[in-house]
Amino acid sequence: MSGLRLDVGLVDYLILAIYFVTVLGVGFAARRAIRTSADFFLSGRSMPAWVTGLAFISANLGALEIIGMAANGAEYGLMTLHYYWIGAVPAMVFLGIVMMPFYYGSKVRSVPEFLRLRFNRPTHLFNAVSFAVAQVLIAGVNLYALALILQALLGWPLWLSIVIGAAIVLAYITLGGLSSAIYNEVLQFFVILAGLLPITIIGLVKVGGVDGLFEKVRATQLGDAALHTFQDTAGTGNPLGANWIGIVFGLGFVLSFGYWTTNFAEVQRALSAKDMSAARRTPIIGAFPKLLIPVVTVIPGLIALVTVQGLGAEEGDLVYNNAIPLLMRDLLPNGVLGVAVTGLVASFMAGMAANVSGFNTVFTYDIWQAYVRKDRSDEYYIRVGRIATVAGILVGIGTAFIAAGFDNIMNYIQALFSLFNAPLFATFIVGMFWKRMTPWAGFWSLLLGFLASLTLYIGHLTEVIPFNSDLEESFWGAGLAFVTAVVVAVIVTQFTPRKPEDELRGLVYGMAGEGGAVSEPAVWWRNPVLLGVIAVVLAVLLYIPVW
Amino acid sequence: MRIFDVRGVIGGLFVVYGLIVTGIGLFDSPSELDKAEGIRINLWMGLGMLALGLLMLLWLRLNPPPEPEPDDETAR
Repeated sequence: MSGLRLDVGLVDYLILAIYFVTVLGVGFAARRAIRTSADFFLSGRSMPAWVTGLAFISANLGALEIIGMAANGAEYGLMTLHYYWIGAVPAMVFLGIVMMPFYYGSKVRSVPEFLRLRFNRPTHLFNAVSFAVAQVLIAGVNLYALALILQALLGWPLWLSIVIGAAIVLAYITLGGLSSAIYNEVLQFFVILAGLLPITIIGLVKVGGVDGLFEKVRATQLGDAALHTFQDTAGTGNPLGANWIGIVFGLGFVLSFGYWTTNFAEVQRALSAKDMSAARRTPIIGAFPKLLIPVVTVIPGLIALVTVQGLGAEEGDLVYNNAIPLLMRDLLPNGVLGVAVTGLVASFMAGMAANVSGFNTVFTYDIWQAYVRKDRSDEYYIRVGRIATVAGILVGIGTAFIAAGFDNIMNYIQALFSLFNAPLFATFIVGMFWKRMTPWAGFWSLLLGFLASLTLYIGHLTEVIPFNSDLEESFWGAGLAFVTAVVVAVIVTQFTPRKPEDELRGLVYGMAGEGGAVSEPAVWWRNPVLLGVIAVVLAVLLYIPVW
Repeated sequence: MRIFDVRGVIGGLFVVYGLIVTGIGLFDSPSELDKAEGIRINLWMGLGMLALGLLMLLWLRLNPPPEPEPDDETAR
């Protein structure tokens, strides 16, 4: 792997070290503000919207995402933009405008807790446990990926990166809880961008600007198809191998809405906002940077495609996933190189911290407090949260070392847990808009929806059911899970008892609760609906030059 | 809950980064410039980060966080 080794100097290490010290300092400073468990797990519901909005997008801006999207840019071209625009913005706007009044207004502390209030305890427990397990394992996957990249770039041994990465995230979350995670995420957002921007700038100059880049991309194997997003999507004869139905409904609707609207690691950022208006604006404010992030991921992917000879190898240094690291090696002088390395490390820690802070909240409130030890003092639950953080990270480290022993385990874990999202979204959306849906309908639709997508996934792995690509399988799996969950919800509702209407106030559309009042904002730029519409319109406009 | 303002942290870190990277940018060797396609990237990114840091600090100065209510501690 020495071919990827960067020529890092003392100053680059200094920049990285200053970052580590700052992150830990935030942890220590945030600790002094913690008095109640709501402070620890929900930042005391005190954050302004721009902070939660940037944390919201940062929690998603993990390094696996950045590296993976640059790789997709090099492999599929501009069709990768679908993951940012149709595959994210509408769902984020929907979360802010339609769903947040229920989440924030019902005063729930987590997504599983919403399921307990709307449905019943079995639904709650199933979701809480699967979420908690997923977060710990995914944190481990992040950690392992961080170690792999630092080994390649800096020559650090795997164990050293795993221990340092885990120790820093552990320290700042155990100390400062969610406030510390959120503040660091906002900081990471800026560091990641500052680190990636020079790659795009120098890269574009090297290939002769955007025109030069597009011209050179046309001359590659991908050809002109790499410069379009919706052309040739009537069939599957396009780089992504997906037709527009798969893109719009599979990616744009089921996969995207499942991820953005029910993933507690994301929603938690909005729940920490200081009021309803700020909570609703959180995902919408996050949508604006999301529109532009392709500039520092997809564009570098294309730059790597035309400047790195032989990119796209099956294995070795020239795999697509190394697009960004290769450009760092080739283009960045010491100084900005240090910022880029720091940005990459920061993005790993952002992803991992989001998982860990989501995990400790669900573990403490939804598993320990709900099923193991009820009615203890508030301090007791802060302590449980801190212990859960330590335990979660230790298990994550274990996962990282196990992942080191098996080649593709990372992909399997990621894919496996994405199976939970689509049925969860279906259960949520039906439960929020159809007050007759019964508690047991919630449980069975979640379980059977999950089993449906699991069946398809196993069929794909064992090649019993043939698919063109992993991507195609994920579209179909999500779609099947969604339909199954909706059908099961309708059928089971006919045969099981309903929940009394009193208990559904504030949880179901058309039944306002006391906390659910959505007041008119004072100024237009604080109006969630208007901001949401602007975000969607911008997404549509951005598609026009590259349709 | 009363907590320090994140704008101070971002401002502080970016001012420090800006100063370091601008400093390097002033003394970049020809080989460093060559690698970056002749762009004084350290200088420009350094100045950019410095500006971002100063803007954050200025924003904090002009619009400080509101004092919490006296009984803030008891509210959830």
